[in-house]
Amino acid sequence: MHNFKPWAAIEITSMQSLTNRAKAVDRRPMSLLERAYLPAIFKGMAITFGHMFKKRPTINYPEVTRPFSPVFRGLHVLNRDEEGRENCTACGLCAVACPAEAITMEAAERQKGEEHLYREEKYAAKYEINMLRCIFCGLCEEACPKDAIYLSETFAPANFQRKGFIYGKDDLLIPHPINEKEAYDKARGGRVTIKQA
Amino acid sequence: MSDETKPVPAATFKVTIDNITIDVAPGTTVLNAARQIGGDVTPPAMCYYSKLQGSGGKCRTCLVEVAAGSTADPRPMPKLVASCRTTVMDGMVVKNITSDKVKDARAGVVEFLLLNHPLDCPVCDQAGECHLQDLGYNHGKEGTRYEFKRRTFEKEDIGPYIQLHMTRCILCYRCTYVADQLTNKRSHGILDRGEHAEISTYISKAIDNDFSGNMIDVCPVGALTDKTFRFKNRVWFTKPMDAHRNCETPGCCGKTTLWLRGEEVFRVTARKDEWGEVQSYDGKPGWICNTCRFDKKKTTDWIVDGLTSINRHSVISQGKYPGLVMPKETITEVMGGRAPRLLMNIHDESEVNKPNVHLSELNGPADSTVFD
Repeated sequence: MHNFKPWAAIEITSMQSLTNRAKAVDRRPMSLLERAYLPAIFKGMAITFGHMFKKRPTINYPEVTRPFSPVFRGLHVLNRDEEGRENCTACGLCAVACPAEAITMEAAERQKGEEHLYREEKYAAKYEINMLRCIFCGLCEEACPKDAIYLSETFAPANFQRKGFIYGKDDLLIPHPINEKEAYDKARGGRVTIKQA
Repeated sequence: MSDETKPVPAATFKVTIDNITIDVAPGTTVLNAARQIGGDVTPPAMCYYSKLQGSGGKCRTCLVEVAAGSTADPRPMPKLVASCRTTVMDGMVVKNITSDKVKDARAGVVEFLLLNHPLDCPVCDQAGECHLQDLGYNHGKEGTRYEFKRRTFEKEDIGPYIQLHMTRCILCYRCTYVADQLTNKRSHGILDRGEHAEISTYISKAIDNDFSGNMIDVCPVGALTDKTFRFKNRVWFTKPMDAHRNCETPGCCGKTTLWLRGEEVFRVTARKDEWGEVQSYDGKPGWICNTCRFDKKKTTDWIVDGLTSINRHSVISQGKYPGLVMPKETITEVMGGRAPRLLMNIHDESEVNKPNVHLSELNGPADSTVFD
């Protein structure tokens, strides 16, 4: 059978070959079997129809989803403690660690009567991540000394406008663990239950 | 005839610190001799401040080993000595970073200093320019062995300009020396003894002296911070610029560093030298008055001299590129004078750094109402 490979079409006999994959073009006239045409067609069809009985490698997303790797880095969440107070103190370490300079924030002082909202005397009044800039490297998560930012198991959803990718605190904050328990558990995802030995 | 002549005291003393020999004037301390050499051989100092008389000898971070006392008496000193309080002798041999004993002792001192320190660096405004952070990073150990409750204090208000966080204090006494030596009447000092010792004003009297703000600059930790800068921004996100103005206050040098975000002056400090102390001009320390520090928060109040040079190992140098040449913007030229149509201007969308919020005009930290 002719073994025609375009990258091997150059006459290489006079040259020393760089790899052992190059094959010289077979220029002999075709045999009767090859000229009959149909046997080759049936052989190809057999391969094609054979795939129908194999296991499908694709899934019906979004009805079916694949499990995320335990180290998957998706959309950020701003964490709360068990009483539902925000962990972030606007220390700026995530912003300084961010190689894409995607994170910005404004700090404010906790007033009397806001103790149930913020864990420490300073908190992030505004916290913003520009998802157009973010490269999901997870360095913010590494840098955070307050257990406040995590990369979750979700993708940043698509949007029709760029301004939809400026994520503020309302988009990032995890639901309240007491008042919105169900949403909170969902946002925590599955991998937090993995116990370390 | 006798050869017994009194030895003439040498005009300069030869001292060897970490195998580097230097001639210094008699009466120089080991620490200052090491500072004349500079670089890594200089012991760190938390309480010693060359511009404040009588400071030093309290924190023990500057401990060094004296391997030979002098030429006349070359015996080593039996214990490590505080280099800020030990004067050099001719022929003295000092070991600082070449001595394992010193490294070990210094790690121990850091551990002691951090015993009661709250480690609230994420909240503290000093973070990024804190000497205790640097000390712990360079000389300390990673973990703590302290298992007891850390010492805490009742929060005390010492006036509208200065924020006192007593829990962060390492009792270096620098601020009380500022009050003693720079202001005509001292209104604050150290109360109680031992573990209970704390900086306080006498019956909580507000500090209203013209030079009281300098204790913010001398404080090596975040115990005394600028209330007008409180929580406004992290130090490393602000841009330091050297500036000056003709200050009328006698004793004020008028030369400062402005810490800006955009055109807003978030904080004014005195200029610092390589040891983190206030810079000297013609031998006089460049203290600044409270008017310069707390009231002149507009760029129009100042004549800007240029970017402050920041050590590139400091976190403050992040994101600052002196000498950066931006390429020429050619889009308008190519498009025949038309500006490019922006698909999104980040300032229309972002809630951070809004042009209508002027943090520099606030006298204290922002609260929840400021950004709404």
